[in-house]
Amino acid sequence: MKRHESMASGSSGLSVAVLVSTGRHSLTGRPGRADQDARAVELALNVENSHIRLFHAGEPGEECREALRGYLGMGIDSISLIEQSADADVSAALEEILRESKPGLVLTGTQAEQGEGSGLLPYMLAESLGWSLIAGLVSIESIEGNQATILQALPRGQRRRLKVRLPAIATVDESAARARQSAFGPAQRGRIDTISHDSSTDEALAGLSIKAARVRPKRLKIVKSKSARDRFKAAAAKSEGGAGQVLSEVSAQEGAEAIFKLLQDENVLSI
Amino acid sequence: MLNILIPLLLAVSLVLGAVGAFRRIAMWRRGRPSPVNIMKGLASIPRRYLVDLHHVVERDKYIAHTHVATAGGFVASMVLAIIVHGFDLASGILGWLLLAFTAIMFVGSVLVYRRRINPPARLSKGAFQRLPKSLIAFSLGMFLTTLPAVGLMPENAGSWVFALVLVVLVAWGLSELVFGMTWGGPMKHAFAGALHLGFHRRQERFGGGRSTGLKPLDLDDRTAPLGVIKPEEFTWNQRLGFDACVQCGRCEAVCPAFAAGQPLNPKKLIQDMVAGMTTGTDAKYAGSHYPGQSGEHQIGSGGVLVARKGEALVDPDTLWSCTTCRACVEECPMMIEHVDAVVDMRRHLTLEYGDTPGKGADVLDNLIATDNPGGFSPTSRMNWAADLELPLIKDRERTEVLLWLGDGVFDMRNQRTLRALIKVLRAARVDFAVLGNDERDSGDLARRLGDEATFQSLAKRNIATLAKHQFDCIVTCDPHSFHVLKNEYGDFGGHYTVYHHSGYLDRLIGADRLSFAPAMPGTVTYHDPCYLGRYNGEYEAPRAVLKALGLNVNEMVRSGYRSRCCGGGGGAPVVDVPGKQRIPDMRMDDIRETGAEIVAVGCPQCTAMLEGVVEPRPQIKDIAELVADALTDRPDPRHKADQQEPLEVIA
Ligand code: SF4
Ligand code: SF4
Repeated sequence: MKRHESMASGSSGLSVAVLVSTGRHSLTGRPGRADQDARAVELALNVENSHIRLFHAGEPGEECREALRGYLGMGIDSISLIEQSADADVSAALEEILRESKPGLVLTGTQAEQGEGSGLLPYMLAESLGWSLIAGLVSIESIEGNQATILQALPRGQRRRLKVRLPAIATVDESAARARQSAFGPAQRGRIDTISHDSSTDEALAGLSIKAARVRPKRLKIVKSKSARDRFKAAAAKSEGGAGQVLSEVSAQEGAEAIFKLLQDENVLSI
Repeated sequence: MLNILIPLLLAVSLVLGAVGAFRRIAMWRRGRPSPVNIMKGLASIPRRYLVDLHHVVERDKYIAHTHVATAGGFVASMVLAIIVHGFDLASGILGWLLLAFTAIMFVGSVLVYRRRINPPARLSKGAFQRLPKSLIAFSLGMFLTTLPAVGLMPENAGSWVFALVLVVLVAWGLSELVFGMTWGGPMKHAFAGALHLGFHRRQERFGGGRSTGLKPLDLDDRTAPLGVIKPEEFTWNQRLGFDACVQCGRCEAVCPAFAAGQPLNPKKLIQDMVAGMTTGTDAKYAGSHYPGQSGEHQIGSGGVLVARKGEALVDPDTLWSCTTCRACVEECPMMIEHVDAVVDMRRHLTLEYGDTPGKGADVLDNLIATDNPGGFSPTSRMNWAADLELPLIKDRERTEVLLWLGDGVFDMRNQRTLRALIKVLRAARVDFAVLGNDERDSGDLARRLGDEATFQSLAKRNIATLAKHQFDCIVTCDPHSFHVLKNEYGDFGGHYTVYHHSGYLDRLIGADRLSFAPAMPGTVTYHDPCYLGRYNGEYEAPRAVLKALGLNVNEMVRSGYRSRCCGGGGGAPVVDVPGKQRIPDMRMDDIRETGAEIVAVGCPQCTAMLEGVVEPRPQIKDIAELVADALTDRPDPRHKADQQEPLEVIA
């Protein structure tokens, strides 16, 4: 791999690129910043002495701009909007931009809130750029020269400290620090710089048809209560379930069978 | 000697006073523009002073009489002194009049002096302790100086020592009362206060009017700063208003946040605004501090009033402690608008820095994404009423009453109130309908948290929705929605006839559309919600409804315009600034004092705050619930739901 020059965190500081997507509210579908990407921006803002650039590749439109303003409101001066067609595979464009801008560290959310949302983009970029990839970043502890010490999230709240060589791409975990509030003033004043770029059609996606998920109607939870205490108890009551089972020191065969049975019980597998 | 020196002193003090006046006015004018009618403003001052200001001052009889004697005596003596001594026209009645007025002023001054011997904690000390002595000096000096002029004493009586003493007294009095007035002494309240009456930012407040809606920010003007962080960003007449503060501390005495030990004192806040415009430090301030704070504070670097990082005059927690209850504004004899100042600075913190503390950021995000502060799906607004068969306004051509439900639809407690209200409306055969899922939060909370952008967005969309329907009036059981719909949507083109449910029920009772069984036994008191009472002047209707139910209201000491906030307004529960005690607990103590078993309320916030007080305590009942319980009318049989046990629904 060819080392490139800009990632050294010398006097000029570390240059951090954050790839941000447009969010979609889970209940109303309104555009806004995507939660994980906003956490990535928050992490970047907390790296001392860093030079931050935000990139978004996608179809420019009013909804897109509105969503991007959510990031500007965090106190970011400008976002580069790489123009792409609606059916484009944005990985090619992002790869090229990252190659040109030579950041030391690339941060992004784990998964987009809309569109394909496969979470594969960072892996594809890491592969084509030949940089290391860290999944589940929760905090950046220090940067020394070409090396960063970071905390990675593991299941059940565990953390692992890693030293990684830069440049690297990291996906930010949901348990990373919350993004700061987005403020109206900076959101309105911040710039969205459009960069025109060729789009390469996403052939794989073109073959698929996308439709909205069907929302299963929820049973209303009805309570007959006489006092605030009853109401509180009813609202705080946990739903049923949680018949979990811990398997330890079992053979691979037994483990696989247990998982298989669970999937059948939950109607995930129908064989 | 005196007949040369006294006119000279008068002339010098007047010139110095005039110079000071110009400088002070120039200082105020460094604020943002706010157009006023100068001639009309000046002409309105005497009447506003005698009627509107005195109406407030009068609440403290001692000070009212004292003020009339001192201020009236001074103004008359000063005018007469210029004629008598300045132009040497002592002949006839003028000299005697001057004697009489200086004597009246002297009596007033002695009363001021007595008040200052053991002053209540709310009064500032410092230069204000000197003021009664200066008043005595002037009145006494002028009285004695006038004696020879009317011939009660021979000219050149007494020794030169006596004459010197007189000159010193008069000089002392004049320096405090004439040019001290414009150079920042304690008497500046008279100069700034008089002009503030004429050029007040809310002219509608005078002559019995009311103006309580917040002023909109122009969000399209990208160059205008959002809210206020520096003293120059207030409008010039707001600055004039701050300067009028006489540090009487009436606001401090009624502020619920101050009483709860939260770091807010409205008097100190106004004095910090003055410090910001003038010296930049609170070193000279001699009143109570923000609870939990002490020591000196300077204006922050870059001339900012509020500390973001590091120290400045005002701490953000001070601003976030305010419940926007307007108790301070109601009590202020100088008609100062504390709430406007608080919200102006909150606007800056929220819109420029994104620094809304506590749960503020979540609540604002929810309001932006889901149009309600709890983050519930907007399509679940009507879940609570699934069994009520509520008529939707979109299915109707027109309706008499549009029932505005408010975000209480997501709150299990408020659902009971709403059910009660609907039962009553049906019993009175009121033709009503609801917006259903098309209703949004009114924007009240966002606006008080300083998020003017989200407020305007909600307001404009609600106005557009309302414009699609035909109705005679809006009825709501939420005083916050009531206030916003009635007083704050107008700036965006929404003009409606709005009733709080108590007002509407009062009308129904007046029109004989409801009948009640004899009152149940039990004693009741009534808690005035700030946004119904002080914001909208509605004190009578809720009491009239309770009376119609046959209930006798045991009034609390703090009731009517002096009602104490429940602690739920202005987003205070959302930002939740810690204090020594909780405001609702203090209010519950007020309620307990009356011995009432039930406290009647008229606001979902008050209900929530008061019910949050640990039992045993009086029961909390919304007026709608009390009315519904007392109904004898058989509701329309179509609506069998009305007879069911109330249900509560978790969205
Ligand atoms: S703000 Fe008004 S009420 Fe408060 S101390 Fe000043 S003059 Fe008195
Ligand atoms: S509005 Fe109420 S809480 Fe706010 S400063 Fe005035 S009295 Fe205190």
